[in-house]
Amino acid sequence: MTFKTRILATTAIVAGIAASGGVAQEQSILVQSTTSTANSGLYDHLLPIFTQESGIAVNVVAVGTGQAIKNAANCDGDVLLVHAKAAEEKFVADGYGVERFDLMYNDFVIVGPDEDPAGVTGMKDAQASLEKIAASGAVFASRGDDSGTHKKEMSLWAATSVDPASGSGAWYRETGSGMGATLNVAVGMDAYAMTDRATWISFENKSDFEIHVEGDEDLFNQYGVILVNPAKCENVNAEAGQTFVDWVISDAGQAAIASYDLNGQQLFFPNAD
Amino acid sequence: MPMRDVALNTVMTGNGADGTALPMVPDIRAVTTSDLCLTIGDKPLIRDVSLSLSPDGITMIMGPNGAGKSLLLRLIHGLLPPSSGGVLWGGQTLSDDLRRAQSMVFQKPVVLRRSVAANVEFALKARGVRDAARRDALLDHVGLLDHARQPARLLSGGEQQRLSLARALATAPKVMLMDEPTASLDPASVLKIEEIVLEARANGTKIIFVTHDLGQAGRLADDIIFMNQGRLHEYGPSDLFLSRPETQAARDFLQGRIVA
Amino acid sequence: MQDFGEAFRLAVSLVLSGDADLVEIVALSLKVSLTAIGLACVIGLPLGAIVAITRFPGRNAVLILFNALMGLPPVVVGLIVYLHLSRAGPLGFLGLLYTPTAMIIAQTILITPIVMALSRQVLEDLNAEYAEQFRSLVLSRWQQVRALIWDARFSLMTVALAGFGRAVAEVGAVMIVGGNIDHLTRVMTTAIALETSKGDLSLALALGMVLMVIALGVNAMVQSLRMTAVRHAYA
Repeated sequence: MTFKTRILATTAIVAGIAASGGVAQEQSILVQSTTSTANSGLYDHLLPIFTQESGIAVNVVAVGTGQAIKNAANCDGDVLLVHAKAAEEKFVADGYGVERFDLMYNDFVIVGPDEDPAGVTGMKDAQASLEKIAASGAVFASRGDDSGTHKKEMSLWAATSVDPASGSGAWYRETGSGMGATLNVAVGMDAYAMTDRATWISFENKSDFEIHVEGDEDLFNQYGVILVNPAKCENVNAEAGQTFVDWVISDAGQAAIASYDLNGQQLFFPNAD
Repeated sequence: MPMRDVALNTVMTGNGADGTALPMVPDIRAVTTSDLCLTIGDKPLIRDVSLSLSPDGITMIMGPNGAGKSLLLRLIHGLLPPSSGGVLWGGQTLSDDLRRAQSMVFQKPVVLRRSVAANVEFALKARGVRDAARRDALLDHVGLLDHARQPARLLSGGEQQRLSLARALATAPKVMLMDEPTASLDPASVLKIEEIVLEARANGTKIIFVTHDLGQAGRLADDIIFMNQGRLHEYGPSDLFLSRPETQAARDFLQGRIVA
Repeated sequence: MQDFGEAFRLAVSLVLSGDADLVEIVALSLKVSLTAIGLACVIGLPLGAIVAITRFPGRNAVLILFNALMGLPPVVVGLIVYLHLSRAGPLGFLGLLYTPTAMIIAQTILITPIVMALSRQVLEDLNAEYAEQFRSLVLSRWQQVRALIWDARFSLMTVALAGFGRAVAEVGAVMIVGGNIDHLTRVMTTAIALETSKGDLSLALALGMVLMVIALGVNAMVQSLRMTAVRHAYA
């Protein structure tokens, strides 16, 4: 971090104020999380159950998967809960995480305006539908933020003949923002977008947008949970963090995930081993 | 320009520039200037002023607008650094300690955005003094005790200048420098301020007072410095200057003519 | 346009019902931003005053720097503070990341330049009036600074208000260093950003309206104080 040296001047001020102390909770953990689990309301359902059983308060920082992994690698969290399996396995392999567990899944869908200018409604093949959208000249809004959803979208494009980067700024619009912000942009521009189903169901600014493409195996969305490695980060509250990980993959935790629904639709499907 | 300044220099004072008659303990109320010059840009505003003032009484600086009266006062007090030449108080160069023995009253009263009492307390505290009785005595002395709790900036012009005087007296100065303190005040206020000034003089405070009011000079001055166009023209006892000025400029000034 | 009517009804009902979550984030917003402006004044006013009363080589460069720093992007400040307070950063051992203290630090850094630059102007104007009197009284620099700040106190309240306004309205810095954690570091602006990202634009707008009313209230209080001061010729 060469950046640090340039800003050491601010350090003195920071250190001075730090004397006033932070807010510390007796038994609490910090979860670095993807946004979909927070924005869909899953945590509001799940965490009170856990806290009541364990006495451990759970604080959640909800950012894109890429940033969540980066923050956890900086030791700024006890537990990582994201959805980008390859990146998660690398996180563990690099020693930042203890062990990765499958937690639950849902799926991605491709949404767009109901007049469907690209004519993709009802398609089951994700790659084919993306090619069709690109060929039709319709606008596509991408997260463009290295999140789990963005990584998934890029992997789908990679299997097509289209290079979306060549249309960047034209028909391919990268928002560089979270899922909700990207959906707001898509609605505003009558653009197609790929989103996880949980965020879509709970999203309240749908306008005339509908799901056009769903059901492809490639749209499967796996969430994982990892305890940040206390051997790497000595500040990790390993005991409480392990309690949380153990609980969410336990029968009780899995049942709690399954019992969360919004408007009668189940949002996440537990699949821990 | 008549050059009688040097001769006049020695009229009033025993301690001439050669210093032969200096008292054993230098009186820090006695100021001498030597070849004092102030040039701003390429404009000479004060030119070669050499003076030696008596440590007692009221010395008035007079002259037409632009003569350099206020600048000379500021040079003497050390608010402005001279371009060349020097100022000595009792033979010493001006230091913070010497300046603490002096105080200045400005033409436009500088009134802090506080109560009347707090304005006086400010000057006392600047000398490390916290003394409510002394503060009240000072306010009483200038006739403002009844206004002590009022916001100072709501006072009339004359009251504000009396407050400035109380603040100037708070530090028990050996020298008071006054820059046309009554220039824009009503006669009643002028009279009150002159009374206070005369009292200070009677208590042994040296007063150097800028004015262009001939009547005021007649009422207050012991001796008079006459300036014109940045030069010292005359310095002598006030009755002598007022009755028998020696330069044409001074005669024009005294008779209300435009001074060339 | 239906969002505005909906948002207004929602804002009114949130306020009237004394919604506990709303009260909590409003209280935290005020606590963080008021503390930040307090610290910014403690740091920025003396610095602004020193520059106001001092002539030194490079002074103009300092003034330009002050003014440029007023435009610090909150996200950049947030990032700088994050890099310091992160466990991987030099001050990580303090464990301050994702706490209100971290948010206060970030906002203090964000608005101290505003306090410095604006107070410098106010105090320089006042000093033009006082400087000769102060020199005549042989005041130390510190005595001059204190007297100028005290006498300009009512004008400086407007300066503080500008800083507070920027602090309470910014989202970039507190989002990064606070993390928008529910019941811990969630403030008005991060809540608004969150509701916007959830697509709940009515709720986001309602929160925005509440924030504006709070800002109006603080402004009105300061304004009435100033009016009193003006009546006493203290401003």
